[in-house]
Amino acid sequence: MAVNAKILGAEVIDKVPGGSFFLAKTEDLFNWAKSSSLWPLTFGLACCAIEMMVTGGSHYDIDRFGSGVFRASPRQCDVMIISGTICIKMKDSIKRLYDQMPEPKYVIAMGNCAISGGIFYHDSYSVVKGAEAVGIPVDVFVAGCPPRPENLLHGIIKLQEKINSTKAKKA
Amino acid sequence: MDITAIIQSLVEKFPGVIIDQSADRVTLTKEAVLPVFEFLKNGPAACVSLHGVTAVDRKETVEVVYHVHSFQHRVMLTVKVILPNDNLNVPSLTSLWGAADWMEREVFDLFGVRFEGHPDMRRILNPENWTGHPLRKDFQMDGVVPRPVK
Amino acid sequence: MDFQELIINMGPQHPSTHGVLFLQLKLDGEVIVDCQPNIGYLHRSIEKIAENRSLVQFMPFTDRLDYIASMNNNLGFCLAAEKLLSITASPRAQYLRVIVAELNRVASHLLAISTFAQDLGAYATPLFYALRDREKIIQIFDQICGQRLTYNYLRLGGVSRDLPLGIDQRIKDFIAYQRQTLPEYHDLLTGNVIFCARSKHIGVLHKDTAINYGVTGPNLRASGVAWDLRKDEPYLMYDKFDFNVVTGAAGDSWDRYDVRMREIEESLKIIEQALGGLPEGDPVVKVNKVFRLNGEAYMRTENPRGELGFYIVGDGGPLPYRLKVRSPSFSNLSVLATMIKGMNISDAVCVLGSLDIVMGEIDR
Repeated sequence: MAVNAKILGAEVIDKVPGGSFFLAKTEDLFNWAKSSSLWPLTFGLACCAIEMMVTGGSHYDIDRFGSGVFRASPRQCDVMIISGTICIKMKDSIKRLYDQMPEPKYVIAMGNCAISGGIFYHDSYSVVKGAEAVGIPVDVFVAGCPPRPENLLHGIIKLQEKINSTKAKKA
Repeated sequence: MDITAIIQSLVEKFPGVIIDQSADRVTLTKEAVLPVFEFLKNGPAACVSLHGVTAVDRKETVEVVYHVHSFQHRVMLTVKVILPNDNLNVPSLTSLWGAADWMEREVFDLFGVRFEGHPDMRRILNPENWTGHPLRKDFQMDGVVPRPVK
Repeated sequence: MDFQELIINMGPQHPSTHGVLFLQLKLDGEVIVDCQPNIGYLHRSIEKIAENRSLVQFMPFTDRLDYIASMNNNLGFCLAAEKLLSITASPRAQYLRVIVAELNRVASHLLAISTFAQDLGAYATPLFYALRDREKIIQIFDQICGQRLTYNYLRLGGVSRDLPLGIDQRIKDFIAYQRQTLPEYHDLLTGNVIFCARSKHIGVLHKDTAINYGVTGPNLRASGVAWDLRKDEPYLMYDKFDFNVVTGAAGDSWDRYDVRMREIEESLKIIEQALGGLPEGDPVVKVNKVFRLNGEAYMRTENPRGELGFYIVGDGGPLPYRLKVRSPSFSNLSVLATMIKGMNISDAVCVLGSLDIVMGEIDR
């Protein structure tokens, strides 16, 4: 958000005489672009998917954070919200979906099941113990069973902060 | 026709096949499964809906439990078939009900009961390359974390 | 001419399979020759877990079976357990159960019709209308039991806590509001030319086929069978309320939509009557903390998706020896392959959406 103000703020433009162009570091500019339009994958697994839908709906309006464009194809997505229990039969599909997403890609593990298996951790023969057990690196964990929509929005803001604080790699 | 009358009609029509009976359930011999269900469906009981097929693992035996339901008489009848562990075969009801297809596949997947005459006896819930039948009491698998008991 | 069969994999990640359903479609041009549904991608071994949990501990798992109608799942399990243990809930609890179950039915049907409309290409607008109205119900539940989706509100012998102060007025306000906003859905969808063209005469489910495949609930009623457990085998206090069993005529996708729309009105009627006749008293009767489960019990209730049955077998110990969930969506989905054979591929999505399935209770 800070980058947003720096680029679009009036004080930056005013300092440049005669032209309407901006001055910014490239890494800030790229981070700002990445974090402000995180397109999620339309990928509901279980209960949490309903709360994800509600977050995208009229009351909570995920669009305020630039994440409202749910895409059906992983090739058009930036962030994968793993919303629900990962089962043995499903884990290969999830990994493949993650592999199909273009870089830079981020993962939000929504709900206890995607974090560790949650309520199905004990005694279950078919539930994988979380997204990281499948080999998907998770950026933000959102706890809850299911998390409230506010929690998911908080997770998205945290992810934006994380993206904004990354430094560009030296070539 | 209430539930007692339906059970009574079964006893009269099929002497000797009903091993056990109580207020709302009967236990059959395996050979009688198809004719009894055909009679229940097309006979005066009009149990036109197969509500569920499931099983209970009793360690030495496996009980296959059917629930049939009649809209006309508003009754639900429980029918049981007891199978010995070394011969888990029972006639399939797919010729009578389409609903039996998936329900029997589920019982096969979870208990290993084979339904003879089923057109497509595959696993339904677990992956095809899975081994074992998870709802059997002797099922064991690596990676299952038992709940800590105080 | 040369014909070539084409196999299309739909799912497990697909925006209109309502979860993780995998359909293998064999196509001849655009016509579906064969359909092979594959389920089990959300198989969470709930029935195995149940064998290691006491009845009270298992209650939260029923929330996660059909996560759109958690209250109704709580109710179904509670009634089955109470039947096994011969417990009768207090009169106030029975009324409270009716109120929350019917509120959840409204919420579930709202989501069903709006996602159905979205599957037909009415992108987002009906869904946003429905989420707006559903949010009001969710906030009422939030106030009653502190959760938005997985309520865990019912207990053996009653409910976990009484209604908070002032909630009855809020529910009454909601009923008035919902009655006002229902015509908006009719304006948007019911008579909409595109919506009718996409859903009328599509996916006709004949009465006999429906019964043969064990289809229940609104899908069965849309095919013209007037069967509703609330009316025909009344549990709780449903025989005291005045409501109609809604049926359709043709059994096509539009009828399944229409039955749900009209059931919302009936549910609102039931909530209104239950609120009016809510008796005073304890919301829960005193029951033992530890039970010995003996014998077996089968109880079915009318879920928003159909007949939900719980079959509990005990062996004298505190844990169920076997617990079977008979889920309505499982049977409702098993009929899909026969319904969509010979149809265009674009109509498969329409039929699937109109059946209103929830993968959580299919795979369990």
